[in-house]
Amino acid sequence: MIVPQAASGTEQDVVEIAVRELTVHYGTTLAIDRVTLDIPRHRVTALIGPSGCGKSTFLRCLNRMNDHIPGVRVTGDVTIDGDPIYGADIDPVALRKRVGMVFQKSNPFPKSIFDNVAFGPRVHGERDPVRLREIVERTLRQAALWEEVEDRLDASALDLSGGQQQRLCIARALAVEPDVVLMDEPASALDPIATAKIEELIHELKSSYTIVIVTHNMQQAARVSDLTAYFYLGRLIEFGPTDRLFTNPEKQETEDYITGRFG
Amino acid sequence: MTDVQRRRRRVERFMFGATAAAMVATLGVLLFLLGYIAWQGASSLSLAFFTRLPAPVGEPGGGMANAIVGSAKLLFTAALLGIPVGFLGGVYLAEYGRGAFAAWVRYAADVLNGIPSIVIGITVYALVVVPMRHFSTLAGGLALGLMMIPVALRATEEFLRLVPDSLREASLALGAPRWVTIVRVVIPAASRGIATGLLLSLARVAGETAPLLFTALNNRFWSPGWTQPTASLPVMIFTYAIAPYEDWHRQAWAAGLVLLVLVLGTNVLARVIMRGGRMQSA
Repeated sequence: MIVPQAASGTEQDVVEIAVRELTVHYGTTLAIDRVTLDIPRHRVTALIGPSGCGKSTFLRCLNRMNDHIPGVRVTGDVTIDGDPIYGADIDPVALRKRVGMVFQKSNPFPKSIFDNVAFGPRVHGERDPVRLREIVERTLRQAALWEEVEDRLDASALDLSGGQQQRLCIARALAVEPDVVLMDEPASALDPIATAKIEELIHELKSSYTIVIVTHNMQQAARVSDLTAYFYLGRLIEFGPTDRLFTNPEKQETEDYITGRFG
Repeated sequence: MTDVQRRRRRVERFMFGATAAAMVATLGVLLFLLGYIAWQGASSLSLAFFTRLPAPVGEPGGGMANAIVGSAKLLFTAALLGIPVGFLGGVYLAEYGRGAFAAWVRYAADVLNGIPSIVIGITVYALVVVPMRHFSTLAGGLALGLMMIPVALRATEEFLRLVPDSLREASLALGAPRWVTIVRVVIPAASRGIATGLLLSLARVAGETAPLLFTALNNRFWSPGWTQPTASLPVMIFTYAIAPYEDWHRQAWAAGLVLLVLVLGTNVLARVIMRGGRMQSA
């Protein structure tokens, strides 16, 4: 049974995403079991846990990406900034404009760098080339990629290195001006230097965005996040400030996992 | 060397020889065909072949200008039917097609693909030619278009399936609706492959003769509009090759060469389009 944990030291934070009794089934398999937690605004929240523990599934519930997988059943409540995101009258398309996502494997479109970043704004109706140009420059700067690509915005995004592609994907997500950015192991396919750049970027972005990041790398969770949630077998085991959770976990299971004594 | 090793080596040599012989035979047949048609056809080709109407029976000379134009009009008509239906059907199967209904449509396309072309011809004859009381370009194009649909559909579907789901997810996660994702991301990413597939479906029906025999029939003169019988290269080849005139035989060879070059050219063009795909995602 899960006891919802008040993340001590964050009471002054505004709750951006409130999750209540979230349960997810894949067919008959239980993937997420009654998870309740509050994700604060403009903080980085890390989701950790072994493979198959449900952390990616949980992340994909926050922008309803699981809607596209056949056989998925979601129950419970999720609100973002007070607005429920599940329900028959909720448009997942509008939701995803507010909740951006960066995937494990960088997935730039086979288009130019410019067109990748401008894709979201264009889809949402921005046609003015001057405005598009501004958005592209601003978000590429935010993603710390501008200096590297400013003279070749028309080049194919596929010509960029893996790390650059991932930063491009971050810029692309920021271009629709989301409130929340979900990151599903954004650095797991990158070398340490590219990883460091992404982590630095996460650090800078949290002043303007609420970030939820799934990671397999506990050092990374410790470095980038303010809060950490430990998932195991679809249940939320422990949730709290990252420094407390890593130094003084309340649950034995959490301690076993973070000290590597797991399994 | 033991007996077993010797035996294995013998089997190995024999198998290599058998596969190599099959390869040489395949290549040889192709080269022989190409060479023979080129040799027979080239000696009969002339400017008149492309610019003149067939000469009156018994008179030497003349050309097949009407058959070349006729084939072009038939293929244009076929493309008007086959490309949109095949393309949109392929998009449906690849992007929306799930479950029993999609499987059934896919199976239906494969069955349609397997229907003998003469049967397609007789069906169009019964359903179009008889009520219209006319053999026509329209009927011939319709028959060819029906044959194009399954090829165009499966090609479109296959190339769309090659587009990684991660691209679809990237677009959906940016708040793009499903149809915007399909139109602006998935189809552009597969556009070269799809263009190639559609072109090949056209090339495939370009040489079809049987479905034209009693739909477009033939014509020794120009066929104005879409409701008159029309000449076409394949039917002209058929008619001329079995006629008792030496001059017609030579013209049949020339028509064969022209048709072959057109189809081969389309195949080469398709390969070139496919190769140019640098922006194509891996």
